[in-house]
Amino acid sequence: MSKTLLELRNISKTFGDVRVLDGVSLRARAGRVLALVGENGAGKSTLMKIVTGIHQPDPGGEILFKDAPVAVVNPRQAIDLGIGIIHQELNLLPGLSVAENIFLGREPRRPFGPIDWPQMRSDTAGFLASLRQDHIDPRQPVERLGVGAQQMVEIARTLSQRAEVIIMDEPTDALTDVETAILFEVIRHLKAEGKAIIYISHRLGEIFAECDDVAVLRDGHLVYEGQVADLTEGQLIHHMVGRDITDQYPYAAQVPGPVRLEVKALTAQGISDISFIAHAGEVVGFAGLMGAGRTELGRAIYGANRAASGQILIDGHPRKMRCPSDGVRAGVAYVTEDRKSDGLIQPHAIRTNMALSALPTLSPGGVVRRAQERSVVDDYMRRFAVKAPNMEAEVRNLSGGNQQKVSLAKSLLTDPKVVILDEPTRGVDVGARREIYTLINEMKSRGLCVLLMSSDMPELLGLSDRILVLSQGRLTGTFARGEASQHAIMERAVA
Amino acid sequence: MSTPGPGRAAAAMTVKPASAGTLMRAFAAQKSLIGLLILMAVVTMLSPHFLTTDNLLIVLRQTSINAIIAFGMTFVILTAGIDLSVGSVLALTGAVCATLIGANFSLPIVLIATLLFGTALGAVSGLIVSIGRVQPFIATLVAMTALRGATLVFSGGRPIDAGEGVAADAFWYLGGGYLFGIPVPVILAGVVFLICWFVLSQMRFGRYVYAVGGSEQVARLAGINAGRVKVAVYAISGLMAALAGIVLTARLQSAQPTAGTSYELDAIAAVVVGGTSLMGGRGTLFGTLIGALIIGVLNNALNLLDVSSYYQMIAKGAVILLAVLVDSRGKATN
Repeated sequence: MSKTLLELRNISKTFGDVRVLDGVSLRARAGRVLALVGENGAGKSTLMKIVTGIHQPDPGGEILFKDAPVAVVNPRQAIDLGIGIIHQELNLLPGLSVAENIFLGREPRRPFGPIDWPQMRSDTAGFLASLRQDHIDPRQPVERLGVGAQQMVEIARTLSQRAEVIIMDEPTDALTDVETAILFEVIRHLKAEGKAIIYISHRLGEIFAECDDVAVLRDGHLVYEGQVADLTEGQLIHHMVGRDITDQYPYAAQVPGPVRLEVKALTAQGISDISFIAHAGEVVGFAGLMGAGRTELGRAIYGANRAASGQILIDGHPRKMRCPSDGVRAGVAYVTEDRKSDGLIQPHAIRTNMALSALPTLSPGGVVRRAQERSVVDDYMRRFAVKAPNMEAEVRNLSGGNQQKVSLAKSLLTDPKVVILDEPTRGVDVGARREIYTLINEMKSRGLCVLLMSSDMPELLGLSDRILVLSQGRLTGTFARGEASQHAIMERAVA
Repeated sequence: MSTPGPGRAAAAMTVKPASAGTLMRAFAAQKSLIGLLILMAVVTMLSPHFLTTDNLLIVLRQTSINAIIAFGMTFVILTAGIDLSVGSVLALTGAVCATLIGANFSLPIVLIATLLFGTALGAVSGLIVSIGRVQPFIATLVAMTALRGATLVFSGGRPIDAGEGVAADAFWYLGGGYLFGIPVPVILAGVVFLICWFVLSQMRFGRYVYAVGGSEQVARLAGINAGRVKVAVYAISGLMAALAGIVLTARLQSAQPTAGTSYELDAIAAVVVGGTSLMGGRGTLFGTLIGALIIGVLNNALNLLDVSSYYQMIAKGAVILLAVLVDSRGKATN
């Protein structure tokens, strides 16, 4: 076995009351590619943030670099040690040149201070050449490069920092097939130079083709560590999802009503050719990995993203969804996954937030009926058990779960027929989760058609009447309740 | 016997004191009011001429033009925008108004035409901001410069006389007349205040203004046409600037091509001193009224105390800074 460059021992991390990582130990070896896999929220990103000094591990955990214990207290220190990371979202300054980006903050100087431009350019050219990327001009602004080339610039930057451990966080997500092939060539080249690579991905094909070792995280635990060659795809999926569903999901069996929503060959930003129907009194779950197109689908049905082609019918009537107000008028409500920036006006009161979408009905003739507004808001605060001193409390002072209830109430106030819930329990504590599930069942019993988009598979399996699976913007699977399993869904989600 | 429902359980858990935000806002409104009262008390001690009916009416009359502009500016700033063009809109609409009076048009026609013109000028700025996606500062800076130029071209750089024409006397009344012993501009400002207050606090449109300023993205996703709201607030600001232009032209009996220079700064100062956040989504029209009065009283006091106009500007800057510092300290402790 080759030399271990980076070793993690017993790493745990707790945020508030939530234990995100629990006693994780793993090794990255020179000249090998370690795949780090797990579902969304399994703890991969947190682990890498600890390795790169953004977060500190809880006491008891240890990081060893070349067998010597080290404390990585900030990102600078990680870089100085020789740990480089290429983030999922590229971290380049678009207006600056390739060379300026690579040497940002470490520009070579001439005597008395001025930057040594020729030196910087020739060094940059050297790093790019070592990656066989000679075609990239060091003087070119980064914004003129394609995503693949930008990624090469990031890799060159980690090389310029003399990184020996290089972490790549879902690097191929934004790449074309050709760019992906080039990336793998570069990875093989880095391997040959004795670098250790930690490769985070949910694309199983890539893992089996390119990686040597694999570590699987699930709910903050390391559940498997070994060589890729010893595993089948099926076994790997089992390691990723293998947990039991308990009865924390109160499913309400109910005969669905008539067809409420019909989506025909819908193509929009991030989704293509999606067709399905959904009934009154039915919860349709949407599964998929990050970036599979669930949010984009929800936004397109609501009108927040404009459809390029396709049709949306509500109660049998074709509806044009050009903007969110079209969605509201057609009886579609959308509860966004990003409460903070899309869902609620944080510094405003619960009352004005809840009433926002429903103002057209609350203010006939343009004048807000304050008494009516107060009574409906009060009613929802009671029914949803929103924990707040009163309806004038600012939303930003509420917990995640209570904010989510306000967000739900806001969309239900428009009296919708179809409710799209995008990650309704993200960042919501266990108690409030249960309450939100009850609310979903209540919507269902009132004959609403609920589209539930969630990365939490047990939640999807527990609440949905049917589950549709998206992968890379396409519908890749449909499961009736009972037919669906985490394993079967994961298989379609990575298709 | 009823079992305690979830609502009651929640009520039982309600241990946090009443909303810090609401209290803070109520206090902020009071704070500028307290500031105004302290300022008036100090000036009363320094000058025996201050606290007289005549002088207070002068203060109100002098404040009315800035107040009217500042009410319109409040709408714009609540959407996280800014309108630098109000002084130039005032000058151009004033020039048009004086020309129409001189050309013997009847008063209602002149007023309606002038107000519509100002509204249209504001709406153009709004369109540049919303459809052109130009920063409000830049869009209205452009309007400020171009409209000042247009005024100079239109007037040939000379004052336009509004003292002649069939409607000249009635027109003068709008700027210099009294109703029940109160200057007409003060009454106009009062009526405008009431209308704007109603629109902002009681109407759906007012909610949309706050929502767009609070978070444009949230507002859009909630089904609000944020672009239309923006065009509307700049149009309102233009309308208010035109009204101020009418009052000023009426009072002076002529339109000066350089009228209204730097009025935008007084209006912005009134809004900010009144506690409205330049980040949008937060503030009240009442605060703006108090802010305008603080600036008005200050100007009057500095004149009464015979402070040279050079020092007046320094004093004014200091008071605005003080007001904003007190306000931001209040927010930091929130």
